[in-house]
Amino acid sequence: MSDSFFKVLRSGINTTYQDEGRFGLQHLGIPPGGCMDQKSFLVANAVVGNKKNYGVIEFVYQGPMLKLVKGKTKIGITGNVHFKIIKSNNVIIDGECDRSYNLKEGDTIDILATKKSTYGYLSIEGGFKLKPFFNSVSTLVKSKIGPNRGNKIKVDDKVIINENSKNKNNFKATNSSEDINIIRVLKGPQYNYFSEESKKKFFSQNYKITNLTDRMGMRLQGASLKNIISTNIRSEGITKGAIQVPADGQPIILLTDHPTIGGYPKIANIISADYDLLVQKTPGINILFKCISLQEAEQLYKSNCNNISKILKSIMEII
Amino acid sequence: MLKKLNNIGDSAIVCDFGDEVNQTINKEVIKLFHFIKKQSELEKIEGILNCTPSYNKLVISFDLKKTNYKIVSDFISSAQFTNLNYTQEKKQWNIPICYDFEMDLTNMSKELKLDKEEIINIHTKSTYFIYMIGFVPGHPFMGDVDKKLFLNRLKTPRVRVPTGSVGIVEKFCNIYPYESPGGWNIIGRTPIKLFNSKDDLNPCLLSPGDSIKFKLISKKEFNSFANE
Repeated sequence: MSDSFFKVLRSGINTTYQDEGRFGLQHLGIPPGGCMDQKSFLVANAVVGNKKNYGVIEFVYQGPMLKLVKGKTKIGITGNVHFKIIKSNNVIIDGECDRSYNLKEGDTIDILATKKSTYGYLSIEGGFKLKPFFNSVSTLVKSKIGPNRGNKIKVDDKVIINENSKNKNNFKATNSSEDINIIRVLKGPQYNYFSEESKKKFFSQNYKITNLTDRMGMRLQGASLKNIISTNIRSEGITKGAIQVPADGQPIILLTDHPTIGGYPKIANIISADYDLLVQKTPGINILFKCISLQEAEQLYKSNCNNISKILKSIMEII
Repeated sequence: MLKKLNNIGDSAIVCDFGDEVNQTINKEVIKLFHFIKKQSELEKIEGILNCTPSYNKLVISFDLKKTNYKIVSDFISSAQFTNLNYTQEKKQWNIPICYDFEMDLTNMSKELKLDKEEIINIHTKSTYFIYMIGFVPGHPFMGDVDKKLFLNRLKTPRVRVPTGSVGIVEKFCNIYPYESPGGWNIIGRTPIKLFNSKDDLNPCLLSPGDSIKFKLISKKEFNSFANE
């Protein structure tokens, strides 16, 4: 037990606690949720030396400013994030992602902005002190489920630390990420609801990510897709990465906090290996969909897992 | 009858029971749902993350690290689940409803050519089977509504439907677990909480396959329920 904590001096945007997600409840209307970018979540835990994947703080575009009022801890920030650490003696350190920093009482982290990306993550050694709901500390704000009574983290909140840091050493990961705008998909369950011309357009023209994008979904703008069978189907279970097309012909990609069932035809599904890459893209970016086979998608998932393992294994002590 | 299996993306499978929507078919969906859940608990099948029943389909998502489409679809194809009995899983509920909180009875009365009392009588008489829960936590899609009360969705959905509102569209009836926008014809309101995020054992009152009967209460009774 410790009563060490940060005080929130600025909340940042859509700042919430998240982890790998909450499974087994979708039949009751609860989607898996969890960190949007799971790779950054895993790296965040690893760089602070956590053997277990504790919940982290996720932020969008602008992160929080947190002052360590009591205790000492080790933090890590992942994603592509611009941040500073203001030591209690007013020395300012320019933060580097994918490594850890030791914080002492009175130190402040100021997470200024994500760079050319959407989500960033803050982890601490030993995790935050949070009450799980069905084995997960993910927050589903819309339904008020999860820690912090299902709410976003706000100014003046206390962010409580499980235990003070035990390890003086710091760690660093070697993380490289490619930034390509081709997103690979599999044909969706209602692929044949769309005209031949629309299918061709879908795989040959760019779709722009619009501002109407959040943890639930990403609205795209591009060639209108013509439905030749029915613009409504019997509501059926939704999985993350489904690309549904309502009557206006503009696709919406359903993301981590998606509704559990839905009644729009789905033209395609994002492959698991490209999901983290997709969610980090910002509004205004044009993406191009590429259709691949299930076998290829499974193979790509394996190599993606291997890449993540490589990053996790690359973690070394900083001397 | 399970008609076909297909992948949805690389980490989910849809079990399709045909195009019809009726209770016989939905009961088969729910049977498979319980079967997969049980087999997953017994560790006869690995890596199952979520099972989502809907009217005529079951969508199963899985962890691609532990399993894949081929393994899950082979498991389902060879499963003998149609003779299984899951009656112990089904519950019958009496849900209080106060019709004084209706929002559309006047219009319904005009459109259906029935007076309000008749509509209320017909609505309370039926038993409603829960086809599925979802869209938002705890939200039941139930049926079947008596033919005399079949109505279309509102032309302009409401921006705000209060928590507990009971609605009708076509042969389906629902209850809004949260205040939300909505396009169903609202005929009353229940004081019963359908979803409680503070209850970490049974947060959701109803389950797919349960059935409910509405029990008429007065405004006074509604208020005393609500204050409990």
